[in-house]
Amino acid sequence: MITSFGLPQFGFLLTGLQWTLALTAIALIGGGLAGLAIALARVARSPWLWRSAAGYIALFQGTPLLMQLFVVYYGLGLLGLKLPAWVAVAIGFTLNASAFLGDIWRGAIQAVPHGQAEAASALGLRYAARMRHVVLPQALRIAQPATVGYLVQLIKGTSLAAIVGFIELARAGQIVANQTHSPLMVYGVVGALYFAICWPLSLYSARLETRLAVAVR
Amino acid sequence: MGHSLDFSVVYDNAPALLWGCLGTIGLALAGMALALVIGLLGVLARASRFAPLRIATVAFIEVIRNTPFLVQIFFIFFVLPYAGLRLNPTVTAIIALGINGGAYAIEIIRGGVQSIPRGQIEAGLALGLHRLQVFRLVVLRPALRAIYPALTSQFVLLTLTTSICTSVAAYELTSVAQRIESDSFRSFEVYFSITFLYLAMSWLLMTGFAAIASRAFAWPTR
Repeated sequence: MITSFGLPQFGFLLTGLQWTLALTAIALIGGGLAGLAIALARVARSPWLWRSAAGYIALFQGTPLLMQLFVVYYGLGLLGLKLPAWVAVAIGFTLNASAFLGDIWRGAIQAVPHGQAEAASALGLRYAARMRHVVLPQALRIAQPATVGYLVQLIKGTSLAAIVGFIELARAGQIVANQTHSPLMVYGVVGALYFAICWPLSLYSARLETRLAVAVR
Repeated sequence: MGHSLDFSVVYDNAPALLWGCLGTIGLALAGMALALVIGLLGVLARASRFAPLRIATVAFIEVIRNTPFLVQIFFIFFVLPYAGLRLNPTVTAIIALGINGGAYAIEIIRGGVQSIPRGQIEAGLALGLHRLQVFRLVVLRPALRAIYPALTSQFVLLTLTTSICTSVAAYELTSVAQRIESDSFRSFEVYFSITFLYLAMSWLLMTGFAAIASRAFAWPTR
């Protein structure tokens, strides 16, 4: 029996949207924490540390997100871990986000004038205090536009969880499209929902960038 | 768990996987070519004196850049038949990749074009060059050098995006891998291995782009 696209179907899409947002939030928090560690390792003096961090970043930036999800998803199963699908994809997105955010923040830390760190050491600040009170607050400001920009990439990226079978917005769209036989309508609505979330963030990112450019000038 | 790693499935299917790599490269190159064409036309359209065309171009850029590729390729997959086009999945994938890459290319190329000082364009016109000649020689060529790094990293991204085209069953590495996986149930081994094939392809591409740059943009700045 063919049902038409109505309120219940739209409600189902909204449930999918909740999962999209939940996945994004988990990846952002987990990836943010791990990404900070990656960024600090990447700018560390120890060659062993920064080379591993650079390798980690290159690995995640040089392979498709979909493969990363597949490898984590099936790899965890192979280890004998019986995890719910959403945990597996959340781990995959977290790893990916940590590499991308790590690279963005690496750039931001390096963009803070070197004299700042030198002055902080001259004042007797140790590494942790120097980073926490002098370098990172400035780096965070520089990194704002790119970080918000990456957030948009992340939200769009969570759609790939659909290919693994996890029901977020894109997969919910597939299900409703099959159910109602009106793919154009359904994918149009799904696209509009993504757009409604991503576009304001893109505009915000662009505004942050202009503001930063003015501040630097 | 009694499941041990067995990579023999990868060796046994090596020829199919390498053909898949060629499929991916072909898909990526065709997508890039289309993206470049859309990018160039889009820059002209975005600078048009005809306001509706300008607005439509901006809308196109924003919609494509703020929706997932997966949703775009599904939409295109289903919208083409309504337009009377029954294309095979690989061609559909090329169109989707071209449209997606094109939206990013417009903004990248536009940034490069805007970096050309106005006086340089006026000088070109004063020398009697035609408007299109000015665009090609005075604007595009120097702009291309300025945007080359951004454009090529976008193209590497596009190459990685081709893996999503498996969702419409286009011929490329991921869809080949999925077929092998469903026959052998060696999911991890197959995907782990092709992840490194993708890594090799993106490295190859970056090296190739760098080699082109060192030849094509060798003229001195001043």
